[in-house]
Amino acid sequence: MRVLVIEDDQETASFLRRALKEQGHVAEYAADGQTGLDLARTNAYDILIVDRMLPKLDGLAVIGTLRAEEIRTPVLILSALGEVDDRVKGLRAGGDDYLTKPYAFSELLARIEALARRTSPEEGSTRFVVGDLVLDRLSHKVTRAGEAILLQPREFRLLEYLMKHAGQVVTRTMLLENVWDYHFDPQTNVIDVHVSRLRSKIDKNFATPLLHTVRGAGYSIRDSAH
Amino acid sequence: MTALTKLFRTTTFRLSLTYLALFGAAAVVAIFYIYWNTTVLLTRQLHETIDAELTGLAEQYTGGGLNRLVRTVADRSRTPGNSLYFVADADGRRIAGNLTSISEELAKSLGPVEFEYHRPAEGGIETRLAFANVFRLPGGYRLIVGRDIEDRRELGRVIRSAMLWGLGVMALFGIGGGYLVSRNLLARIDAVAETARTIMEGDLTGRLPVNGSGDELDRLSQNLNLMLARIEQLMAGLREVSDNIAHDLKTPLNRLRNRVEAALREPYGETAYREALAHTIEEADGLIKTFNALLSIARLEAGAAGDNKESLDVGALVRDVAELYEPVAEERGIMLKAEAGDPVFTRADRQLLGQAIANLIDNAIKYGAPDRAQGVNGEMPEVSVTAGAIGPMAEIVVTDRGPGVPTCERERVLGRFVRLEASRSEPGSGLGLSLVAAVARLHGGGLRLDDNHPGLKVVLSLPAEAPPLDNETAKHAAVAPEPKPA
Repeated sequence: MRVLVIEDDQETASFLRRALKEQGHVAEYAADGQTGLDLARTNAYDILIVDRMLPKLDGLAVIGTLRAEEIRTPVLILSALGEVDDRVKGLRAGGDDYLTKPYAFSELLARIEALARRTSPEEGSTRFVVGDLVLDRLSHKVTRAGEAILLQPREFRLLEYLMKHAGQVVTRTMLLENVWDYHFDPQTNVIDVHVSRLRSKIDKNFATPLLHTVRGAGYSIRDSAH
Repeated sequence: MTALTKLFRTTTFRLSLTYLALFGAAAVVAIFYIYWNTTVLLTRQLHETIDAELTGLAEQYTGGGLNRLVRTVADRSRTPGNSLYFVADADGRRIAGNLTSISEELAKSLGPVEFEYHRPAEGGIETRLAFANVFRLPGGYRLIVGRDIEDRRELGRVIRSAMLWGLGVMALFGIGGGYLVSRNLLARIDAVAETARTIMEGDLTGRLPVNGSGDELDRLSQNLNLMLARIEQLMAGLREVSDNIAHDLKTPLNRLRNRVEAALREPYGETAYREALAHTIEEADGLIKTFNALLSIARLEAGAAGDNKESLDVGALVRDVAELYEPVAEERGIMLKAEAGDPVFTRADRQLLGQAIANLIDNAIKYGAPDRAQGVNGEMPEVSVTAGAIGPMAEIVVTDRGPGVPTCERERVLGRFVRLEASRSEPGSGLGLSLVAAVARLHGGGLRLDDNHPGLKVVLSLPAEAPPLDNETAKHAAVAPEPKPA
């Protein structure tokens, strides 16, 4: 992926670039809003990582300008302002996702990969398939190796989200935000317990596990045979 | 001198001076008006009597000649009183009357005139004021009929001096009174100012003097004292919070530092280093959580949040959050029951209220099991969450069967970083309930802790609202629980 990081803090920016490169992405960098806007206008990026508070041109203004010019590159907003209101403002300005500083790099990585995938064709697909696990979004039915699996509505939505991002890492916060629509810290490992329940339903009686825990990051559903 | 200047500058003193001037002016006007009217009336009466007498005497002259006039005048002159008569020939020589002599001026004048005349009195001659009308009789004679008006002159003098004395005394009392009242008030204000200064210098225990008279100054002092008490309480709270922040943020920071230092000092292998770093990140994450919670509470308390309020069904939200925690509860051997009857609507920020409910349920699951046992008689300990309308309020009640919170601690546990000794073994920041309380306040509601016999009962109440219009309900039902595609 080609990523543009618009961030005024040199150290954060170079850390992000190095870490993104390690993950096999190409990362470019702008130190202020104006330079960032110019770069985003002239080059085709897969994703923009924009800090909210930037010199010369505010992060939200950069996003607003791009959206007004019909440039639809997915944007992840980084901000020290973490309240619900700020989040809503960021998303309203045209951001696609919002991450509060300080953050774990694994969280950022999972989110930009999910955002970049958004533009891929399988988004609108009605059937998700991972190995022998099939989820039908229309009939709300899940089968593994042809065997029907009964899921609670929330479990279904959880699996749906994981399968939509099959092969990618999905963090606990992403699950809480996208499956439950909660943007706060639930204090306890609630998500882990939900995932382990789901796992017991889809993986327990089968030889190859599909739902994997990614240490220090989150979860990923993938066919390990691949 | 400065003290006196200060006194003269006081509002009270200026007010007394103003009133003094006003009353003085009013008194002068009133007295002058009375004096003037009296004089006018008296003068008119005098003129009329003199005119009538003159006419009468003139008729005597016309009817009986000079002799008859002289006789009548002589008769009347003998009667004691303040009437004055004088009949003179063409040369001004006296023919009859009780005036011994008249001045040249008077002799030549004609008509009404005021003049002074002399009269024998005890120990000499006194000069008195008179008023007369000079009438020329046919044959060159002059007839003067007058009245002694020395008494009236005296009256004017008396009134004038009474007025001056009165005004003087009034001014004296006014200024004196103003001085006394101002001095008294100034002393009290100075006392208040003095106390205020010591309080500003940092002594928050100081209170303004109250003398118990219940006057306006006293009431002001009482109210200011209440305000000071509140400020003192807030400052104490702030100090406690700062102490707690220092403790609860510095302890993990210290742990983190120690761990890194230890890793640096000891020649461990790579695995050990990795482990130390992982621990460091864990510790940092914990700190970040605490920090975020603190910031949220601060923002909520400053009222700088909640711009995203919407009308929502409390019961639905309670069921939704309970569903999130249900597996965790079960894993811990606790039965989590959510009950919500008819929809109860309130105007709230879904995220904030959701977090508040989550914190309450999280607390109940963490601390609500009696001694981690499998419950009494093998039954699962129960945590219940209910939502319902109680009068004008929507109430969310979370109950558990844990050790509860002693009555004396119920107010305190709502404070920041307050953790009961018994709960220190569980992970937590001591900010959960503070955040719930802040959310409740932001939404115009309240948080109450009660006894659940046994266990704890936490009641979060919010002002209830009429359900939104149907299409809006439909919109919320469709949008809110359904997650955005990502």
